[in-house]
Amino acid sequence: MKHILSVLVENNPGVLTRIAGLFSRRGFNIDSLAVGMTENPLVSRMTIVVEGNERYLEQLNKQLHKLVDVIKINDITRDAYVDRELVLIKVSADAARRAEIMQLVDIFRARIVDVSPKSLTVEITGNDGKVTAFEDSLRPFGIKELVRTGKIALLRGKNDSTKNHANKEEDEI
Amino acid sequence: MNGVKLSGAEILLKCIEAEGVDTIFGYPGGMALPIYDALYDSGIRHILGRHEQGVAHAADGYARATGRPGVCLATSGPGATNLVTGLANAFMDSVPIVAITGQVTRSSLGRDSFQEADITGITMPITKHNYLVKEPNELARTVKEAFYIATTGRPGPVLIDVPSDVSLLQVDYSPPYEVKLPGYKLAPDTDPGQITKAVEAIADARRPLIYAGGGVIISGAHKELLQLAEMLAAPVTCTLMGLGGFPGGHPLFLGMLGMHGTKYANFAVSECDLLIAVGARFDNRVTGKLETFAPKAKKIHIDIDPAEISKNVKVDIPIEGDVKIVLSRLLGMLRPNLEEAWREKINAWKREYPLKYCAGSNIKPQYVIEEIYNLTQGDARITTEVGQHQMWTAQYYSFTKPRSFITSGGLGTMGFGLPAAIGVQVGCPDEVVFDIAGDGSIQMNIQELCTAVNYNLPINVAILNNGYLGLVRQWQEMFYNRRYSQSELLNPDFIKLAEAYGAVGIRVTRKDEVAPALERAIKLKEPVILDIVIDKEDNVLPIVPPDGSLDKMLG
Repeated sequence: MKHILSVLVENNPGVLTRIAGLFSRRGFNIDSLAVGMTENPLVSRMTIVVEGNERYLEQLNKQLHKLVDVIKINDITRDAYVDRELVLIKVSADAARRAEIMQLVDIFRARIVDVSPKSLTVEITGNDGKVTAFEDSLRPFGIKELVRTGKIALLRGKNDSTKNHANKEEDEI
Repeated sequence: MNGVKLSGAEILLKCIEAEGVDTIFGYPGGMALPIYDALYDSGIRHILGRHEQGVAHAADGYARATGRPGVCLATSGPGATNLVTGLANAFMDSVPIVAITGQVTRSSLGRDSFQEADITGITMPITKHNYLVKEPNELARTVKEAFYIATTGRPGPVLIDVPSDVSLLQVDYSPPYEVKLPGYKLAPDTDPGQITKAVEAIADARRPLIYAGGGVIISGAHKELLQLAEMLAAPVTCTLMGLGGFPGGHPLFLGMLGMHGTKYANFAVSECDLLIAVGARFDNRVTGKLETFAPKAKKIHIDIDPAEISKNVKVDIPIEGDVKIVLSRLLGMLRPNLEEAWREKINAWKREYPLKYCAGSNIKPQYVIEEIYNLTQGDARITTEVGQHQMWTAQYYSFTKPRSFITSGGLGTMGFGLPAAIGVQVGCPDEVVFDIAGDGSIQMNIQELCTAVNYNLPINVAILNNGYLGLVRQWQEMFYNRRYSQSELLNPDFIKLAEAYGAVGIRVTRKDEVAPALERAIKLKEPVILDIVIDKEDNVLPIVPPDGSLDKMLG
């Protein structure tokens, strides 16, 4: 099963290396990773998507916790959450097929962000299912390039994991 | 303290001293010169090694023997990279070390400058934490945090990399604040429910076995362990790191378990119905084949590091917490549960399958170790290198006290014993220290003999000389059709070598010379090398072949 780990870390130099290094040397696989500052400039959030069983996740969680820079880990797939990913797709589009592509862009509520004589660049935001469906529908036109930000996610409603980083407390994993 | 300006190096040393450190092990070089200059006026004693690897191992030996953090100091680039093996060694065996390295100036960083190496990057996987100090006003806080992290929870090495201009800058010094590390958890809170479960499991057990590791020694829980064993009349087996955590001569003691463990310890593991793991981490040298490890047992695991629980072997009752605290809570709730039949079975195994070797006219390595024990009555501090001599020491020297056996367990670092012995002797100046060595290992850090002579540290190095990389040769004999590829050694004359360094060399070639030579070495109170020529092709037995089951031992 896929899990989305929301990891709060101290915004110290080298923290990304520490986390990435831990994953590689202990043989954990990262499906995707997105990093950015939180509302507190001293703290960054890493959203890490991993796949594995309970024991794998437990070991990963414990190993991550041993890193001094890791403040809190939340497996948000265990609760109600929203996740998004931003994707840019450069698709072949000569004048003849442009209308067809623009129709698809409308249907998926994507946006065209760049136009050239031979291609369109489209931006789409959404969850996995939507992004994949859009990608599949553009494929017949010829996808020249594609880039994904990796998934970011937050718990829904009143639950949040950003505020209470004063103590490393029991994590919901 | 306002208005007091100190250099970064002065602040560094002041803060190290404030942590209670009176001795550091080090080796100077360009980018560490500001620190060495400040050291010139400092009250801290500096032990000059002859190679940075030796310096790191000496700090390690010092820490293991005294229980206080070991501090080592090296310059940038090659100085720092030479520390790497020592740090990895300390990391694997959970030894508190604070390593300070000089670094190129901040403006030279990242430019492949002379003697630049990214030592924080290099040591990330082998330190508990590390720092590159970019501002002199961060030094005090960093040193405070480094000692705190190194010595608390599951201990380990911490490295502080200090660019030389940071060491030179004069800044206002204010004493370090209290440590605030939101991401660092000291020790997990012990769940009382888990202790209750353990009490119930112990009450139900008919064949309990205690499997004790290095955590017992680090936590200082040897008394609690003894109480637990005696209350339950449960046999105790120790890992290599756990030796000394339980009295070697005790009737409930089964010696070491695992690859070169005693047969009765391994049989007990295979037959017990409850395995109580105390500060041990189910290393593959202990478990052999995971699927057949303690197959009949319910497993309790007490450990301060939650990540060790169910990492290799799935346990039934995990108890997170400091071993000493958990054991004392457990002791308060236990009732004696003496099961005669189990002890009788174990005693029968002990009688039937004792550790044994054939005494011949040649010098047997096991005999030498027994003689060192007889002469010192278990009161010596013993370090070892890595190989056959190390395993024979674990088997035949009856360790009775914690911190008396100092050996490289997890990493298996040849060349550890001599510098470690130096650190031990510095930390315990009045005690008898032996490095039991092999003729291969001793050459890996032989330059440190000069350090011992330099500071007149009366360490005794007993080389069990068989002219082979003995354990390599043994594996080649047993598992590679006696094809002795690159395992036979041409050795120097160790007596002349000792003398060249200014130490005493004693060669021992006959059995009846062993005891007198050992006695003489101890009495000399000088660094001594004993070159003891042993049987060439003796093996460490019994042995569980790699990835084999513990109950299928050879020899």
